[in-house]
Amino acid sequence: MLRVEKLTKRFSGLLAVDAASLSVEQGSITGLIGPNGAGKTTLFAMIAGFLASDGGAVIYEDKDITGLKPHVRARDGIARTFQIVQPFEGLDVQQNIAVGAYMHTASQAEAMRQAAEIAQRVGLGGELAKASSGLTVAGRKRLELARALATRPRLLLLDEVLAGLNPSEIRDVIPMIRAIRDQGITILMIEHIMQAVMNLCDRVFVLSQGKMIAEGEPAAVCADPNVIEAYLGHGAAARLKLESAADA
Amino acid sequence: MTGRGLLPVAAAVAVLAVIPFLGISGSLLNLMIFMMIIALAAQGWNVLGGYGGLSSFGHAAFFGVGAYAMAILQARYGLNAWLALVIGIALGALFGAFIGFLSFRSGLKGSYFALVTLAFAEVARILANSANFTGGAAGTILNLQSGVAFLQFADRRVFLLVVLAFVAIGLLATWWLEHSRFGAYLVALRENDQAAQALGVDVFTVKLKAIALSAALTAASGCLYAQDYLFVDANIAFGSWISIEALFAAIVGGAGTVLGPLIGAIVLLGLGELTKGLSGGIPGLDLLVFGVILVLCVAFSPNGLVTLLRRLGIERRGFPAKTAKEA
Repeated sequence: MLRVEKLTKRFSGLLAVDAASLSVEQGSITGLIGPNGAGKTTLFAMIAGFLASDGGAVIYEDKDITGLKPHVRARDGIARTFQIVQPFEGLDVQQNIAVGAYMHTASQAEAMRQAAEIAQRVGLGGELAKASSGLTVAGRKRLELARALATRPRLLLLDEVLAGLNPSEIRDVIPMIRAIRDQGITILMIEHIMQAVMNLCDRVFVLSQGKMIAEGEPAAVCADPNVIEAYLGHGAAARLKLESAADA
Repeated sequence: MTGRGLLPVAAAVAVLAVIPFLGISGSLLNLMIFMMIIALAAQGWNVLGGYGGLSSFGHAAFFGVGAYAMAILQARYGLNAWLALVIGIALGALFGAFIGFLSFRSGLKGSYFALVTLAFAEVARILANSANFTGGAAGTILNLQSGVAFLQFADRRVFLLVVLAFVAIGLLATWWLEHSRFGAYLVALRENDQAAQALGVDVFTVKLKAIALSAALTAASGCLYAQDYLFVDANIAFGSWISIEALFAAIVGGAGTVLGPLIGAIVLLGLGELTKGLSGGIPGLDLLVFGVILVLCVAFSPNGLVTLLRRLGIERRGFPAKTAKEA
């Protein structure tokens, strides 16, 4: 459904994303993981069109969308959430979601009705009239999700929707994400919380220092020495192996 | 679409339409006409500055285009007044779209956008003051011709009703903003334009349409001003006074609300006139009052006088009326 081919982004001297490639199968949940500063969010921004790439291509549903503006990609069915939540602060929860729903209707009554429905689905049903600035962190993350869903996307890009949530909130949101996929929405998610990645993802890509260093099923990727070194430092994989051998 | 929120709009227009027939004095009638002209200019500013969050310091540019179009098309080319009015509004909208195209394409907002609009208005003022076409520093005088066809009336109450009709159109346009997809998108980009883009909002086009609508309303105000005083020159048409009146009335009354600009214009000009009378015409005292009002507004009702009314339950909240500060 989505293919990213050798995408590159350079911020003057810094090579933030270095010819990174990934692909997302229709109907899957694909994870994008990597240490802090690896360039995951930058890669996301290029997929959604918020940053221009310095090389490479983004192919979505067999169409090259590399040069398209973000709002055009959104209308083509790519929705994203922001790692740092971006609510419309002056609007209440229902109005926030309605802005997304307006993509498919020009009627205010209909947009507000759909917004209420989606709020229900993500667990914000009781807070429709609440100012978005008055929501908890978990509430704002749900609002991000609700707004994105309101555009009825085919591909949903989730940028750390679980970060900042407590364990019980995470347990609530994981089945919600699975339910979204089960409705036929393909998901690409950046996530740090491995519990969620192992639980949800069919396939995982690992980005480190701008380069894609591994891909595969979550369990296999976690055992990959390259991945362990990227997270824990040079020599860590060998050390872990020694320790486990000693334990045995 | 329901008519929610239209009741206060209709009531305000009805009251304003009745007042001139209650036997008020000629000078009060003149003041009312002027208030309505300023209210219309402020309504224009409110579309872009209030709902779109793009504060312009140069709405004089659009006011002036309307005023000069009205004067020159009639005095120089002998065009019918109503036709000149339509062309004046269209030219204003076009000029707005032109400024918008240049500023929004390069992503200007905040103080940079304010400065660019101010610069455009100043350039227009200087050009109008020096060109022969506009009558230069001497300005352009319109002929006194009474009759409906000339948009001049022996009974000035009729002219007030004409201006009031335009204010009513401005109110309806603003009401529509609060109940349409276009308005929701405009408010969304005011609150967060990245998030708006992610939801499929073409922010450039929405801003461009907003500035064209905004400029059209303020140009209409300029047209009516020229028709009222039958004279324009560069300092009247493109002077910064009108930019300030427009944004001041909108902000004091309540930026991003339907009735705010109208209420702001009435209160500001009313109080200004009152102090002029009481002070025995000490020059500048009315400006002092303006300043004091602004300070009081910021202190006690930072989202405009309308929010005071809303607290009393008089005006209902529409889609985007609530602003960040209030929340």
